[in-house]
Amino acid sequence: MPLFEVFVRSRRGLDHQHVGSLRADDAEMALLYAREIYTRRREGISIWVVRSADVTASQEEDAPAFFEPAADKPFRDATYYALPKEVKNL
Amino acid sequence: MAPALEEFQARIDREERIEPQDWMPEGYRRTLVRQISQHAHSEVIGMQPEGGWISQAPSLERKVILLAKVQDEGGHGLYLYGAAETLGVSRDEMIDAMHTGKAKYSSIFNYPALTWGDVGAIGWLVDSAAIVNQVPLQRCSYGPYARAMMRICKEESFHQRQGYDIMLALARGSAAQREMAQDALNRWWWPTLMMFGPPDADSIHSSQSFAWKIKRYGNDELRQKFIDQAVPQAEVLGLKIPDDDLQWDAATGHYRIGAIDWDEFQQVVSGNGPCSRQRLAHHRQVQEDGAWVREAVAAHAAKHQAGGDGLKADAHNPASAQEGGADAAV
Amino acid sequence: MSLLPAVVALGDDALVLGQRLSEWCGKAPLLEEEMAMANTALDFLGRARLYYGYANTLGGRDEDGYAFHRDAREYTNLLLFELPGADFAAATARQFLVDAFDELHSAELANSADATLADIGGKAHKEATYHRRHSAAWMVRLGDGTDESRRRMQQALEDVWGYRQELFVNAPAEQPLVEQDILPDRAGLRAAWQEAVAATLTQATLTMPAAGWAVKGGRQGIHTEHLGVMLAELQHLSRSHPGAKW
Repeated sequence: MPLFEVFVRSRRGLDHQHVGSLRADDAEMALLYAREIYTRRREGISIWVVRSADVTASQEEDAPAFFEPAADKPFRDATYYALPKEVKNL
Repeated sequence: MAPALEEFQARIDREERIEPQDWMPEGYRRTLVRQISQHAHSEVIGMQPEGGWISQAPSLERKVILLAKVQDEGGHGLYLYGAAETLGVSRDEMIDAMHTGKAKYSSIFNYPALTWGDVGAIGWLVDSAAIVNQVPLQRCSYGPYARAMMRICKEESFHQRQGYDIMLALARGSAAQREMAQDALNRWWWPTLMMFGPPDADSIHSSQSFAWKIKRYGNDELRQKFIDQAVPQAEVLGLKIPDDDLQWDAATGHYRIGAIDWDEFQQVVSGNGPCSRQRLAHHRQVQEDGAWVREAVAAHAAKHQAGGDGLKADAHNPASAQEGGADAAV
Repeated sequence: MSLLPAVVALGDDALVLGQRLSEWCGKAPLLEEEMAMANTALDFLGRARLYYGYANTLGGRDEDGYAFHRDAREYTNLLLFELPGADFAAATARQFLVDAFDELHSAELANSADATLADIGGKAHKEATYHRRHSAAWMVRLGDGTDESRRRMQQALEDVWGYRQELFVNAPAEQPLVEQDILPDRAGLRAAWQEAVAATLTQATLTMPAAGWAVKGGRQGIHTEHLGVMLAELQHLSRSHPGAKW
């Protein structure tokens, strides 16, 4: 029985968030079960289910090449720039 | 230490979480599979003693509360099976391991729930003990387990409250009801204390689990924490803890209890609990009874994926599918 | 004047089915489905409490008085709702027939001239829409699954089919309320129900049973033998401690 990942939007205006997984034979049953299992306490207003096998994920060994090059570019953050005290609204 | 192992341990020492794709030592994986699957089985087997009382609940309000509570246990089982599956073991394999006795579940559920008082005592004592155990697991080093525990802890506090609420109603009720409550406390107190496991001195799995931050507190420490919470709660109920040696130790600020009968614990763990055979037989029977259903859904899915038309016929899945495709590429 | 028994009857329908569904806790073929059946059970039990609560304001007993302190002969639920449904095919077939009816019935009840019934109907309609989608999905998967599942599903459908007729009969006490637009006209729901059921059965590759047999008696308190046994379990604890608070 395939594994599905479940994403729930908790309120309008917020992103869908990954909440867990479940097993179902097809997408319709996965959607119904996501409702039964992950929204018993008004946790959501919208659900996505996606086959776990359809998720393409970066691997642990990708991490240095993928993410570390971003570390030495502090100039992308606003806090990099020192401003004179009297400058406002910038 | 090999570089990978060193990095793994360093990450744990920095209080970072280990995630499914990370390299991990085989022992870590095995320990987690053992612990998480045992935890999942406990949730699911734990549905049986209380579940039998849903149809007999003494009021409609108690009936819906108990049904929602036992249903939650099933949900918790699902969260935990899901967490364990990220370690590369399937739910079917885990269930097989339980059926063949290789995997355990909490021995507390091998005791019978004989009266409505037991439903109260299980919620109050067993769920309180479970929460004491589970709160630190929210900081377990393995991310999926920790996240499942957060969800579970959030839901579980209603469980102990509803149990205590049952006990309160019984304690304030007729003589027969008070007797029911006291009898339940008498039978569930000691087994609940055993839920925390043997004394740390005798525990076989602990030290490595501490280093891996799967475990953060010793069995005795958690047991004491539970006792210190439960004793005053019993006083409010006007019920007597079935331990003549129980006393308040002002010097340490803890309650001291009499000796736990660890022989009984060993007996129950090794399959000689009053309901051990019944619980497993029931679970096995349900699996067998449902086999034709699971085969049918699988066959249906196979037919309609091949043709690609079956799903559309009964899917109510308009724009969200496309939206999901773009955004949900994790 | 006959509103009270009509409201209690709707409560009885919901209670006995809620009880049947809750019996599946710990027994469903999939843990996921167990969650679903419990949710549906909670919807029906919740609805029973709403109907009994309304009955109480109309001069009737409180909810536990209705649930725990009447004998089977005093229950007026339709027979379809009390059937054991003890295997998954039987439970699913019964549930689907009920849900398909319920979706239509609650939509009309939501327009009742009685404001309380309209509220309950509105709430029930949302639940029923979901329930029907869920049970129809199962009909399709079990009907169009394996040879064995089709055989079991077809048999379950045949076994339950004769109990559908009661759904479409306005009891004598209900008839005046139908005329005052307080209750939906059950007879008028038959065609749409038949059509909805036929559509799902077609998709499920199941055959609609012949119209042949029809059982009745629920609203008159003439039940199957199963109800007394169910009530014995439901009521024993409450009745063993008269006057106790729980």
